Amino acid sequence: MDFINHQLFIKDINVHIDPILPKKTAIITHGHADHARFGHDHVIATRQTIDIMKIRYGDKCAKKFTSLKYGQKYSIKNYDFTLHPAGHILGSAQVLIEKNNHRLVITGDYKVGKDETCKNFKLVKCDTLITEATFGLPIFQHPDPKDEIQKLIRSVKINKHNCHIVGAYALGKAQRVMNLLRQQKYNETIYIHGSLEKLCQYYLKEKINIGKFEKVSSKDKNFYEGKIIIAPPSALKDRWSRRFPNPIICMASGWMTVKQRAKQQGIELPLVISDHSDWNELLDTIKKSKAKNILITHGQEDALVYYCKKQNLVSKPLSIQGRSDEEIE
Amino acid sequence: MKKFSSLLHNLILTPSRNTKIKLLQDYFKILDINRAYALAILSNQLSFQFIKASKLRELVYKQVDQHLFDYSYDYVGDLAETISLIWPTKKEGKSQNLSTLIENIKKIKKSEINTEFSKILSELSNNERWTLIKICTGGLRIGVSERLVKTALADLYNKSVNEIEEIWHGLEFPYQNLFQWLKNETSKPKIDFKKLFHPMMLANPIDEEKDFKRLDANEFQAEYKWDGIRVQLMVSSKSVSLYSRTGDNISSAFPEIIKTTKGDAVIDGELLVGRNFKPSGFNDLQQRLNRKKASKDLQNKFPVFIRAYDILFYKGKDLRKFSLLERRKYLEKFQKENKTNQIDLSSIINFSTWKELTKYKNNFHDDLNEGVMIKLKNSEYLPGRKKGYWYKWKKNPKLVDAILMYAQRGHGKRSSYYSDFTFGVWKESELVPIGKAYSGYTDKELLVLDKFIRNNTINKFGPVREVKKEIILEVAFDDVFPSTRHKSGVAMRFPRIHRIRWDKPINEVLTISEFKKEFKLS
Repeated sequence: MDFINHQLFIKDINVHIDPILPKKTAIITHGHADHARFGHDHVIATRQTIDIMKIRYGDKCAKKFTSLKYGQKYSIKNYDFTLHPAGHILGSAQVLIEKNNHRLVITGDYKVGKDETCKNFKLVKCDTLITEATFGLPIFQHPDPKDEIQKLIRSVKINKHNCHIVGAYALGKAQRVMNLLRQQKYNETIYIHGSLEKLCQYYLKEKINIGKFEKVSSKDKNFYEGKIIIAPPSALKDRWSRRFPNPIICMASGWMTVKQRAKQQGIELPLVISDHSDWNELLDTIKKSKAKNILITHGQEDALVYYCKKQNLVSKPLSIQGRSDEEIE
Repeated sequence: MKKFSSLLHNLILTPSRNTKIKLLQDYFKILDINRAYALAILSNQLSFQFIKASKLRELVYKQVDQHLFDYSYDYVGDLAETISLIWPTKKEGKSQNLSTLIENIKKIKKSEINTEFSKILSELSNNERWTLIKICTGGLRIGVSERLVKTALADLYNKSVNEIEEIWHGLEFPYQNLFQWLKNETSKPKIDFKKLFHPMMLANPIDEEKDFKRLDANEFQAEYKWDGIRVQLMVSSKSVSLYSRTGDNISSAFPEIIKTTKGDAVIDGELLVGRNFKPSGFNDLQQRLNRKKASKDLQNKFPVFIRAYDILFYKGKDLRKFSLLERRKYLEKFQKENKTNQIDLSSIINFSTWKELTKYKNNFHDDLNEGVMIKLKNSEYLPGRKKGYWYKWKKNPKLVDAILMYAQRGHGKRSSYYSDFTFGVWKESELVPIGKAYSGYTDKELLVLDKFIRNNTINKFGPVREVKKEIILEVAFDDVFPSTRHKSGVAMRFPRIHRIRWDKPINEVLTISEFKKEFKLS
């Protein structure tokens, strides 16, 4: 709406949502690095998001923190803010802004599907919806993550002398993969890249079932035969991954829908496990939100804008600086 | 079908040659009718006449909004994959095996193709749908060569891959004789070698730095590399036929060759357009390509001839184990005995040092050849691109600096990257595009260009992005011709990005008239 600009900035009260550069007041939807940055004066977020920011950037990454429970109101002048579960990762939230009876929702990153590692998405009705569109093309129809994780378990069973290195973002996806493995009764120790350790410990502390894990160490090469190792995607191409015996390179990501994309990245076992909504979920959310005005950020906006216009909804893309498509999840 | 489609899925994602061979061997452990179809598909010998890319588009537009499909296709960069992902999921039907499925499709009447084929697509899983569409449109592009399949089969059944290679072009679907021989139930299939297309001997590019140091110039002979199409001419008293490099029979398109050739031999050569054995350039040859037939008029305007390089059989005698020098003698004999206006011999270049050869490579006849071929004098005629026997040494390409104007996402390996570049030169104060290139750059340069395009788009025309005019590309190309189809009036042959010219300001780029002058088009 008029009070917020394409940078998600409310000039009137000097509040930004997920700003890239250090700002006075920043409402942070979740802990991923393209949303949560270092150096704001005042950060408003869920307790878990604040914890995650402190783990990643240190206790002093902002001068002041205000933690909000889901649904708890926070007002600045005549603007009322509440956070609502986004189902993306632990602590992730949508931001509802109410002003003069106008309800505006910024979804942040979200997924509608079930996930044991965080509070599940809650639909918030509104007049204006600012939705993400990471997977805003009809080719993206995420399969059941249980079937995908079964592919991994099956491959581990068949290829006894290989180790499986699963590329997964350090925050959220890694723990979700671990949790999905546990749901499917995979009870072995899961080995993790060092950069995942603190976050995994935090998830454990928050009573998320990710089971037994251990940091990869310089053990005998053959030790890792038949094991599952989880590492951030950047480590897959690194020398780091070459220390393992006959690794099968896997990747847990919504992008894995497209074979050519998997191939480009040298992924042998793609697992379509996403923490974003797929096409149908995006459409469904737009519809059920009852919003008449739809703004679209993050990713494949074109198709979604086209679709909304066809449904007689006012819709346009919001291009947020510093974020190009396909780098995020 | 499930097994075959998961084979293809795994093959496309496996970078390792050994793993690919292992996957193929797991699949070909059984040799049944499904494997026969699979073999035909993997070696590109199965095609459906009536299910083309355009037909598939027509079908998918009935299922989903056209714009949404186009956005998706632009993103994915692969028709089969886009359709397989976007096709509305219905309940999967009963799983059919590969042969039944293909036979059912073959039975579909042309008038019922729309409903019947759509129904089949709806009943398949994503991956099977992808496989079926790949099969229909041909060209799997899964990183598996015919040669690799043959290697896998040979290793699995303890045969040599050359034995399979030799009889390959005499085999036919459903490969019963091949399968029986592999299983040691019968002896090797008997093939009439004289009537068979023989896979051609190909050359590797020379590595100027490494190869010239280690190779002895005296052991090699050189010939010009002509810019036509490579052909194999099979002559006997009964018939004459002409094959392309891939083994397609192209006799009907070149009746003047077929009518005039006499003798009894299998000849390897280059098909060129020109009069009195003077080639007139690839542009003219193009008028004769991709046609089933050639009218009298076309034959008069663009007459063709064959410049013979080599001979494989002479009067029934298999010369392939002979040395190149010996074969050359037979070739000269054949030509003397059967003189026509349609066959001449590729001449041999005399040289004693590699340095001496350089001047032949770069200066001969201006544009009419592409460089030189360097062949080991005592090389046998071996199918495929064996290392160490034949080399090609291409002329230095022509170069021009041009300004990046538009970009589009690439396909296949480069899908999602902005990797197709249109570039131009000045025409007064405006730019006019002179060509389009999608290769030549390094992976690093591609990333830089991709990023530049994303951050400097000034206009979008569907999938095409217009960018700020800041980047100068040094474009290499083999040749340039006048063209009436392009606004600039020129058409380049095989343009590719040579490098990015960070050092040059855009106002120093040529104008179109300077460009034409430099490359002798005006």
